[in-house]
Amino acid sequence: MGKIEELETINGEGYQLTTLDKAIALARANSVWPLPFATSCCGIEFMATMGSAYDLSRFGMERMSFTPRQADLLIVAGTISKKLGPVLKRVYEQMAEPKWVLSVGACACSGGIFDTYSVLQGIDRIIPVDVYVPGCPPRPEQIIEGVMNIHELVKKESSRRRYSDEYKHLMSSYQIEIEQHGDAK
Amino acid sequence: MEMQNNQDFLAAIQAQFGADVLAHDIAFDILNIEITPSQIHLVIEWLQQHPTLNVNYLTNIAGIHYPESAGREFAVVYQLHSWKNNIRLRIKGYLPKENLHIATVTDLFAGANWMERETYDFFGICFDGHPDLRRILNMEDMDYFPMRKEYVLEDATREDKDDRFFGRNNNEL
Repeated sequence: MGKIEELETINGEGYQLTTLDKAIALARANSVWPLPFATSCCGIEFMATMGSAYDLSRFGMERMSFTPRQADLLIVAGTISKKLGPVLKRVYEQMAEPKWVLSVGACACSGGIFDTYSVLQGIDRIIPVDVYVPGCPPRPEQIIEGVMNIHELVKKESSRRRYSDEYKHLMSSYQIEIEQHGDAK
Repeated sequence: MEMQNNQDFLAAIQAQFGADVLAHDIAFDILNIEITPSQIHLVIEWLQQHPTLNVNYLTNIAGIHYPESAGREFAVVYQLHSWKNNIRLRIKGYLPKENLHIATVTDLFAGANWMERETYDFFGICFDGHPDLRRILNMEDMDYFPMRKEYVLEDATREDKDDRFFGRNNNEL
């Protein structure tokens, strides 16, 4: 028996075995490309997280993807007004599977201090969220903690999760169509 | 040419539009003049084209809601600026809630376009003659005018807030 990170493998003379699912999950977890959807002060904290002092690129996240097409992780950092809601949902829908969402800060998680008619009271009202990072704004360490939790999800998730009933049910509850393999829009 | 001051402005406007100047005062060195709403377009046009007053810049248009003042529930405030005289002034017009109509000034100042849309968006005041009077900042499908005082500030769809913890439940006080 051997190990790659925490992944159990079967080792022999000149070979190392594991399941394809687990190997893919490990590769994915170490190359999550984020799309920063930053609107306010949490975005500034996220910039610090990307910068040299905290250095997100240590985790295979060197490349920020400013197009949803090549992004794996949507990082929503900041207040989302109701008018911006449909834009955010559109961005999420344009991301290719598999995709994850990290909600950074009180505003993205719940509307925060902006309990008002013009602000969306949490992005989970329009798109599913995988990990919530509380704080107003959270420090870069907290954002990294959130990213680490995303990595844990990515490692444990089936590479065919979009075919699962739970996932289909979740997406239909948000009125989001799931793209099946081969029918890219 | 000599610079005109607040008093010169007031005297000139009163001389030209006497009966339509309903009230005036100077607050924080800025001249405030209340004008009959139907005459506001005329007054602003006259101020803009006047050779010495030369009010060439429209800083802002805003609305105000005074729910308690009967017959004059809504105010439209025009903040104007004369660069040459270094004088700012406010023109106010009061409208009754039954008839929220006032003439647009987009023909005088192109910048009034978005300001009037904003005032319409938040207060429901209609600017007659505006080329494209629709909501600008709020959701297009919003069915009320949120800055009117009868509507609460808070988001109506939120269920996780217990009013007792936010000092909003008067029965508890």
